[in-house]
Amino acid sequence: MTPVKLYPPKPEKVYLFGTCLIDLFYPQAGLDAIRLLEREGIDVLFPQDQTCCGQPAYTSGYHDEARAVASAQLDLFPEPWPIVVPSGSCGGMMRIHYPQLFAGTERKAQADEVAGRIFELTEFLVHVCHLRLEDHGAPEKIAMHTSCSARREMGLTETGPALLARLDQVELVEQARAAECCGFGGTFAVRHPEVSAAMVEDKTQAIEATGATRFVTSDCGCLMNIAGRFEHQKRGVEGEHIASYLWRRTS
Amino acid sequence: MSAAHEPVQTFTPRDFHRQAHDALGNPQIRANFRRAMDGLMAKRRDVFSDWDLETLRELGANIRLRALARLPDLLERLEANCQANGIQVHWAENGDEACRIIREICQRHEAKAVIKGKSMVSEEMHLNAHLEAAGIEALESDLGEYLVQLNEQTPSHIIMPAIHLNTDEISEIMHDKTGIERTRDVDTMTAAARAQLRERFMGADVGISGVNFAVAETGTLCLVENEGNGRMTTAVPPVHIAVTGIEKVVEHLRDVPPLYALLTRSATGQHVTTYFNMISSPRKEGEHDGPKEVHLVLVDSGRSNIYQDDELLDTLRCIRCGACMNHCPVYTRVGGHTYGTTYPGPIGSILMPHMMGLEQTKDLPTASSLCGACGEVCPVKIPIPDLLVRLRRESVGEGRGNVPGAGVKRTKKEASAWKGFQWLATHPGVWRSGTAMVGKLQALMPAKLGAWTEYRTAPKPAKTSLHALVKRHQAERAGGEERS
Repeated sequence: MTPVKLYPPKPEKVYLFGTCLIDLFYPQAGLDAIRLLEREGIDVLFPQDQTCCGQPAYTSGYHDEARAVASAQLDLFPEPWPIVVPSGSCGGMMRIHYPQLFAGTERKAQADEVAGRIFELTEFLVHVCHLRLEDHGAPEKIAMHTSCSARREMGLTETGPALLARLDQVELVEQARAAECCGFGGTFAVRHPEVSAAMVEDKTQAIEATGATRFVTSDCGCLMNIAGRFEHQKRGVEGEHIASYLWRRTS
Repeated sequence: MSAAHEPVQTFTPRDFHRQAHDALGNPQIRANFRRAMDGLMAKRRDVFSDWDLETLRELGANIRLRALARLPDLLERLEANCQANGIQVHWAENGDEACRIIREICQRHEAKAVIKGKSMVSEEMHLNAHLEAAGIEALESDLGEYLVQLNEQTPSHIIMPAIHLNTDEISEIMHDKTGIERTRDVDTMTAAARAQLRERFMGADVGISGVNFAVAETGTLCLVENEGNGRMTTAVPPVHIAVTGIEKVVEHLRDVPPLYALLTRSATGQHVTTYFNMISSPRKEGEHDGPKEVHLVLVDSGRSNIYQDDELLDTLRCIRCGACMNHCPVYTRVGGHTYGTTYPGPIGSILMPHMMGLEQTKDLPTASSLCGACGEVCPVKIPIPDLLVRLRRESVGEGRGNVPGAGVKRTKKEASAWKGFQWLATHPGVWRSGTAMVGKLQALMPAKLGAWTEYRTAPKPAKTSLHALVKRHQAERAGGEERS
């Protein structure tokens, strides 16, 4: 049986692990996540030596390389504060796969300890911050794509939609086959480009069919994939990281 | 153009990419699979809606794990109890040996015509072709298998072999190959096939079936089916040969109901199948029907090798429900034939590398976005995504080296690219200046990034990295606090 996760009270400080995709392509989403947390009275520590969780190497089968990269991240969180990750994919890597990756090594205990402090951003905002939002935006229909890692690996199907539901002027619409993968899958999109393209085409059609002209997601891999497809097809639907959307409408 | 008029296609896992390309470009295939998989997913969801599914899956997983933990012992008990019941037990190290054993039994009975119930293990070993080469005709009696055989194809799904065909295509095949009038009425076609098969059951010298669960404590072979063809195959001809993989054994009779409950609901969304056969012996003195001889052929074909690895072992829990393929976004789009293997979809991608070697199947473990839908629905909780990753490790030579063809995908270029990634991601100073640089060099970035930009616009590297943004933000906050 999967145990029910017990959440801690709101802490004084948290660490933010920004993820490499945010660092490179969507830094504003990382900054907006920090602002949302700070507005809740939490000090956000951002270890400047963070790079990548190591997942690309891990899912490609290069576990020695992934372990070396993950090792470097393990040392960045010496204080017992929660570690907030604005991505279900990287969060899942650190919470679920770090303990597997370090099994049988001298870093296993450390990996377990760090894994136990990993929270995906929307999870943290809902369950730890009990975030309240005052919506200053115009009425809008919005679609959400919850990443497969957030949904299935971290079990966080509800937290993104729960946050959007706290925005008075926002109507969350659900696309057909909402639980289906968008086709990103990291290196999958490169190794099997045609299959991946067929998947993202279906996903964009499903989102478009809701009538929403904007979608949010808490994973930048999916964002890059889905928004990239919309842009390529010039279909006029825009994507945004949920942290930016929440901050933009409430600040 | 109907499927019936198309030339016979052969598929191989080596050509996964080309076959995927063809399938993706075939609107009929796309529509048939999408519709069928949507239906199967909905049925499964509905039938489990009033069950505590997690508890049942946990039970199913534990039953399978317990059986696997005692596999050698249970197989011996199964053999002893089957023999005590009068069932003759044969062991085959591989498919060729199993084919030879089955052919020899047929030849001993001077069999000319064999009727077959559905058996994926017999597909693994290409039994029909082997028997035909020996002058023995093997006819499939499962309706889907019958259609696929008429159309000179292989199954595209392990439970629904003809799922790639729609009504019109089936009508065309039935018309072409059996001479009946074209019709869109499913009942008419089913009745025609039933009449055609009925005759063949009566004339068959040997019946060959698979096994869903082999019960060690009682020596009972359980067969799950919907059409009654399984019962006919195992009861009408004078000889019945059951063929199965060694992993299908369970310890107790009481292990069967939970697995059966999971199997039918996961596979087709049924509470129960129309037929559930328990075969416990040949015809006894004074009985009026049933085969005079019953044989059980237990096939290894790489399974013992899988068994010796504590991670890969989980592959053997499978009860062949097909839910992983029904829920797989890749399978749904490319269909079963694209994989070019007996077992397609996620289970095939973790099983076939052991049977065929990674050299031939190296594209299968990567043919997944690791979305986790397969693992989520697996009734015996096989960690399929983890096993896909494990086989990727084996492919690139960073696993334990105990899968045939391990290391076949390792290239110097890719290995050094990952070493480069490692170096960069463990040198934060270089990483920071690198990410800062990428943003500044934005204008120089190629507009086309190979496969990615064929279908999507390339993401634009940000002018300022998060590292730099945070530094600025923290300085502003500190400044703000000092001022206030």
